[in-house]
Amino acid sequence: MYSKIISLRFPKGMVNEPVIVNLVKKFDLSFNILKATIYPRKEGLMVFELSGHRKKFNEGIRYLKSLGLRVENVGQGIKRDEEKCFQCGACTAVCLTGALHIKRPEMEVIFDADKCSACELCVSACLAGAMEVTFDKGILN
Amino acid sequence: MTQMKDSKTIKEINRRIKEGKAVVVTADQMVDIVKQQGPKKAAQDIDVVTTGTFSPMCSSGAFINFGHSKPGIKASRVWLNGVQACAGLAAVDVYLGATEVHKDDPLNKVHPGRFKYGGGHVIHDLLNGKTVSLLATSYGTDCYPNREVKKTITLKDLPYAMLLNPRNAYQNYNCAVNLTKKTIYTYMGVLKPDAANVNYATSGQLSPLLNDPYYRSLGLGTRIFLGGTQGYVIGPGTQHNPKVERSLNGVPTEPAGNLMLMGNLKEMNPKWVVGVSMLGYGCSIAIGVGVPIPILNEEMARFTAISDEDIMTQILDYGKDYPQGKASSLKQVSYAELKSGMIMFQGQKVPTVPMSSYVKAMEIANILKSWIEKGEFLLSEPQEMLSTSY
Repeated sequence: MYSKIISLRFPKGMVNEPVIVNLVKKFDLSFNILKATIYPRKEGLMVFELSGHRKKFNEGIRYLKSLGLRVENVGQGIKRDEEKCFQCGACTAVCLTGALHIKRPEMEVIFDADKCSACELCVSACLAGAMEVTFDKGILN
Repeated sequence: MTQMKDSKTIKEINRRIKEGKAVVVTADQMVDIVKQQGPKKAAQDIDVVTTGTFSPMCSSGAFINFGHSKPGIKASRVWLNGVQACAGLAAVDVYLGATEVHKDDPLNKVHPGRFKYGGGHVIHDLLNGKTVSLLATSYGTDCYPNREVKKTITLKDLPYAMLLNPRNAYQNYNCAVNLTKKTIYTYMGVLKPDAANVNYATSGQLSPLLNDPYYRSLGLGTRIFLGGTQGYVIGPGTQHNPKVERSLNGVPTEPAGNLMLMGNLKEMNPKWVVGVSMLGYGCSIAIGVGVPIPILNEEMARFTAISDEDIMTQILDYGKDYPQGKASSLKQVSYAELKSGMIMFQGQKVPTVPMSSYVKAMEIANILKSWIEKGEFLLSEPQEMLSTSY
C-alpha cells in the first residue's frame, strides 16, 4: 500500500470533467479529499490523499498529468530532530540526492533540506529515529 | 632543578591533577604533539591523553532491582514497557539486554523490519525520567506467593540500576561491503548491492583501545567516562581476542580487544546512552565511552600518537562471505582513507559510511579532558591487566 498527499491544479475548462472517478476506476486507487475549491476564474484546486499499489499509483499520476493537470506533492518533507540525531552518518548510505552528507574533516553530518527529495529512505535507515516525515497542513486552510 | 624522569606513575599524575597542573590533551591533539616534539619530550610534558567513542554497542544492558511488592513475588518473567528482561536471577533482580525487542514487534516478517522499540530504548526512556510499565509473573512459592505484579517504575524510584556492558569499545572493527545483487540490512547498516557503499564503525585515532594497543595502562578498575558519568572497566569483554594480526606499530588490523564496563545508571545522561533501531537487523544501544590513557613513559606517548593513517582495517563481504562465517579480507584500508569519504575498491570509487559518530567521540574526549583538568576525575590503578596472550 502506497499513499501520498497530492495537490491537483485544474486548468480552466477541466473542472467539469469526471477526473477523479476515472482515476479511481482505471487504476484501482482510493482517495480521501482534504480540500476542493473552484476559484472565481474557474480554475480548480484539490488536495487529496491517494492510496493504492505503488505501480498503479504512478500510472495514475501519469494519467493526471496527461490530462494537463498540475500534480504536486503537498508540503511533504523530511525534518531532522536535531536532539535525537547523534551524527553517526549511517543515513548517508541511503540518501540519493546528497541532502544528507558529511562535512569533512569535522565529520559533521549535514542535512540540507533544499536538496531533499523526500524519498523517505533515511527515515527507516536512521539508527536514532531522528528523521521524520512532515506535512505542511497550511495548504488545507 | 630536578632531573626530568623517564617515567611517571598514576599516583604522580593524580597529584598533578589535584594540584590543577596536569597536562591533558585529546588523542587527536597528541598526533601532532608527538610529530613535532618526539615521544620523549611529549612523555615528559603530557600527563593524560583522552579518547572517546560513540557507537552502537549491542552487548550492553542494565541490572535492575525493582523492589519487593506486597505480597512478595519471585519474578520468573519480567517485561519493561513490553520488552522482556532476563529474570533468571533472585526474586526481583533482572538484566535488561539492549537488543531485546518489544514482545509485539513484527521482527523481519515484512523485511526489512523497523525494530522501533527494544531494551536500549527502555534504558534511554528511564534515563529521560519517563515512567516505564513493569509486568512480572511467577509460579508462586511459600515465601513469595504473588503470581503477578503490574506497576510503573521510574529510574529515580528504582532501588538499584547499574549499566553493565559485557562487550564495549571494540579495538578496531571490520569494514563492510555487499557484493551481492540486492540491498542487505546488517548491524553494519544498509549495504547497497555491487559494493555501492562501504560501512565502518570505529572512531579511529580517537578510539580508546587503538591508543593503547597492548592494554599496558588499563584493566579491571580503570575509571572511565561511561554514559556521561564516571564508570569502570571491570575486565575483558566477551570477545576479547588480543592474538590477531597487528601492524608494525602494534595496532591490530582486525577486531581484537574489548572491554566489559560498568557504571551507575542513575548518574548517567540520556544523551550518551541512546536506544537505536537498525533496519532489518534489530534493536541496540549507542553508548558513549571515553578512556583516559596515562602517559607513563615514552612508549605510551608513541602509542597514543597513532593517527588515522596508521590504523588499518579489513573490508569484508557481508553479502555472502560473512553470513556463512567464511569472511576473508578483500582489501586492507586505513581510517584516513575511510574518513576521506571515498575509497578505491575493485577498481571503482566507493563512498564510505561511518556508523560511529566521530563528532560525539570528539565531544567525549573533550568532556573527559575538562573533568581531569578541573580535578573532578582522578585516574585509577588497574587491579588486574587485560590479557595480551589468549
